Amino acid sequence: MLNYLWSGMIIFAILIAAFSGGMEAITQSALDSSMEAVDLAFKMCGSVAMWTGIMRIAEKSGIIEGLARKMGPVLRFLFPDIPEGHPAQKYIATNMIANVLGLGWAATPPGLKAMEELQKLNKKKDVASHAMCMFMIINISSVQIISINIISYRMQYGSQNPTEIIGPSILATLFSTLVAIIYGKLKYRKE
Amino acid sequence: MKWILVLSSIMIPLVIISVITYGLLQGINVYDAFAEGAKDGLKIVVRLLPTLIGLMMAVGMLRTSGALDGITRLISPIISWTNFPEEVIPIALMRSVSAAASVGLILDAFKMYGPDSFIGRLVSIMFGCTETIFYTMSVYFMTVKIKETRYTLPGAIIATFAGIVASYYLTLWIFGA
Repeated sequence: MLNYLWSGMIIFAILIAAFSGGMEAITQSALDSSMEAVDLAFKMCGSVAMWTGIMRIAEKSGIIEGLARKMGPVLRFLFPDIPEGHPAQKYIATNMIANVLGLGWAATPPGLKAMEELQKLNKKKDVASHAMCMFMIINISSVQIISINIISYRMQYGSQNPTEIIGPSILATLFSTLVAIIYGKLKYRKE
Repeated sequence: MKWILVLSSIMIPLVIISVITYGLLQGINVYDAFAEGAKDGLKIVVRLLPTLIGLMMAVGMLRTSGALDGITRLISPIISWTNFPEEVIPIALMRSVSAAASVGLILDAFKMYGPDSFIGRLVSIMFGCTETIFYTMSVYFMTVKIKETRYTLPGAIIATFAGIVASYYLTLWIFGA
């Protein structure tokens, strides 16, 4: 995807610049932007490392498992088709908690495991089950509560209050997830 | 609406103190765990760097060539009946296709309008409540060889759209235009 997107962006930019006569400007811009990227990454190191450090403590002390175990009622409501105590429940819960905490790398493996377990319960093997659709829609609606990357980008570009967007972000993500759940539930009722 | 900003300011310290306290109660060497995680964080940034260079370069060139403004102008008649800033449309569209490319556009918006402008705040909030739809769907469904994804795509698009609309009104409501 990125392969064509990236090359398309650059080729398009150069062609436009060739017609409008901005070749020097675009050369300058290519050089400036790449230097700016290094500067940005260098300064991001601090806040990102701080946050992944804190999150490693969370991972090691078993917060993910602890919270995942408490998700029983939520899972029963969202996925009534999954039998009680089925491994799919555990994997879905782990995936969701890791996503909430913004631990993308810890979320994908249990997420894929969850899909495999859901596939075992699925009757038509090439058609997505209700549980799969619901799981995917919630996943895509994003449930992350703090995005440290956005905060460090804001900091880097001189924001007076880089973290002011955390509260509104949580509300926005709650809303989109709520819409996702309502949509999934309506579809479930219909069929 | 004040409580939302209070929430913003206490969230990070709250997470930090809960995590450290919980870790100590579980008998973890929290300092070692922190150092280990911080080291991984550095690796994450290093791994991110080539992507960042590539995409900031591409977006920077698009901006300089005037193509970005051209795309915005093409889209603007479609949404001119709303007050939604047209500059944000390319970012919103890109977000569902590629996270990395949308970061490039977000950084460009921060540079052009400032992170504390209406657009800057809107894209910050929007980024957190949306996901890359097509990538996520293909990775998850491909592992279990599902061909018919039924209502996943419409559901994902509706949820994403809801997130964008919510971001817009929350930005307006909390920070003003």
